[in-house]
Amino acid sequence: MTSQQVIFIILAVITLASGLVVVTNRNLFHAALAMMLSFFGVAGFYVLLEAPFLAASQLLVYIGAISILIIFAIMMTRRLMSTDESPFNSQWIAALFGTLLIGGLIIFVIVSVFSPFGDIIIANSAPPSLAVQESTVLLGRSFVDPDQYVIPFEIASVLLLGALVGSIAIARPEKES
Amino acid sequence: MTLGQIALRALIAGFIMSLVVITGFAYTTLLERRLLARLQARIGPNRAGYIPLPRKGKRERRLLGGIMQPAADAVKLFFKEDATPAMVDRVVYNLAPMLTVIPAILILAVIPWAGPILGYEEYFAIAPGIDVGILFILAITSIGVYGVVLAGWGSNSKYAILGGIRASAQMISYELSLALVILAPVMLAGSMNLNDIVVAQEGGWYVLFLPVAAIVFIIGVFAELQRAPFDLLEAEQELSSGYNVEYGGMRFGMFFMAEYMKMISFSAIAAVLFFGGYRGPFVDQFPALGLLYMFIKIVIGLIIMIWVRASLPRLRYDQLMGFGWKVLLPIAVLNFLITAVIIVLASEGIIAFPI
Repeated sequence: MTSQQVIFIILAVITLASGLVVVTNRNLFHAALAMMLSFFGVAGFYVLLEAPFLAASQLLVYIGAISILIIFAIMMTRRLMSTDESPFNSQWIAALFGTLLIGGLIIFVIVSVFSPFGDIIIANSAPPSLAVQESTVLLGRSFVDPDQYVIPFEIASVLLLGALVGSIAIARPEKES
Repeated sequence: MTLGQIALRALIAGFIMSLVVITGFAYTTLLERRLLARLQARIGPNRAGYIPLPRKGKRERRLLGGIMQPAADAVKLFFKEDATPAMVDRVVYNLAPMLTVIPAILILAVIPWAGPILGYEEYFAIAPGIDVGILFILAITSIGVYGVVLAGWGSNSKYAILGGIRASAQMISYELSLALVILAPVMLAGSMNLNDIVVAQEGGWYVLFLPVAAIVFIIGVFAELQRAPFDLLEAEQELSSGYNVEYGGMRFGMFFMAEYMKMISFSAIAAVLFFGGYRGPFVDQFPALGLLYMFIKIVIGLIIMIWVRASLPRLRYDQLMGFGWKVLLPIAVLNFLITAVIIVLASEGIIAFPI
């Protein structure tokens, strides 16, 4: 085993174990912390895949912003220290269905790309190039290249702006006239 | 060099630099106490340890009074009873001081301390291979919020949780302006590598080209460090001492340590981004001089922080939020836009700009 494989296994154990804690722990605050650890493991994978930009973005966006907002919401809305909740709510069947669908999709993609029988399942698609290039530069250029991703990129920006304006509109106190 | 050698070198350099900065932290507390006392027309701690200079016929002269004060403080903190309150969330309570100190140390990894010395090819840093240094700093600082939030939550105390909520709101708000304003030097240098930014400042410090960015950055750093005038999450008059009120002994010491180590590393980052980093006269001939220049710039940064603390009163909470979102953020966005436009115009040759 190479050292990269050892690191991969350690990261995988951290990510999956903390992910399991997220869904099984009844203490909401601890679950949120475990989710942060899980995100951290994913950032580790990005480092292992030589994508430092993605790793730093993962830390900045998921751990620095999203998890902290979730923790912030828990602090604001729950009572101190009495955070035991049932891990199930009324939507658990739908959630299970969605998870199974996504799991099936991921397994299908992995099998079709990497297994020796992959050519039978998807005849005409080439496997993705695994060569690591100047990924950050390529990523930056492809976001603003009209031939590549400029339209999805701009649409995502407008979506975020819409969400921002919408949240301000919702939070605005109603005027009494 | 092989990967193993690089890892070993980083470990050794990281260990030494952490020790240097931890010692620096101890003497920053002394600097702060002495300087603050002078600014308030007091004397400050001047008893523990001094260098005696005998004079004929008179009392001996005492040089560098208080030089052992940090050691005395550390010994006191270590021997204090480390009591854990009864109803705390133990995991979170114990995790919080560590999650505060670890990011404070991690930031040091990407800071370029000097040019090519000690066998380093390009520049001397703990991890010279990280090309997204700026993003790394932003990411690690955002993790620093956890320590404060966890301490507030885990302590099971009203004052602590109020302090924690204030801290998280404040740090999230000011991180935005900080990140936006850091983009200006990144765009000018065309790189996220801190050393490239230092080298790009050969023609002139970025504070000359980007004065607005530098000012917003310094204000953002004060908020991020929770220092006066933004220290209302540990407002003694309202919250006793905020998020760390339930901590004692060395666990309190760790919060204290993290704050001062962050002061040092943010002084270093400010020096790197806007004040030429390790560059100075004769640094090309003698790269080791870079360490001295960094040291001088960091100490000046620390003195300014202490000076501001002695000069400005604390903001009110609504003032703090209003200032962050309605003043600082628009300025940061405008600064970003204008800098980008000027860089594009200059690179197209439409206007002349000395970059």
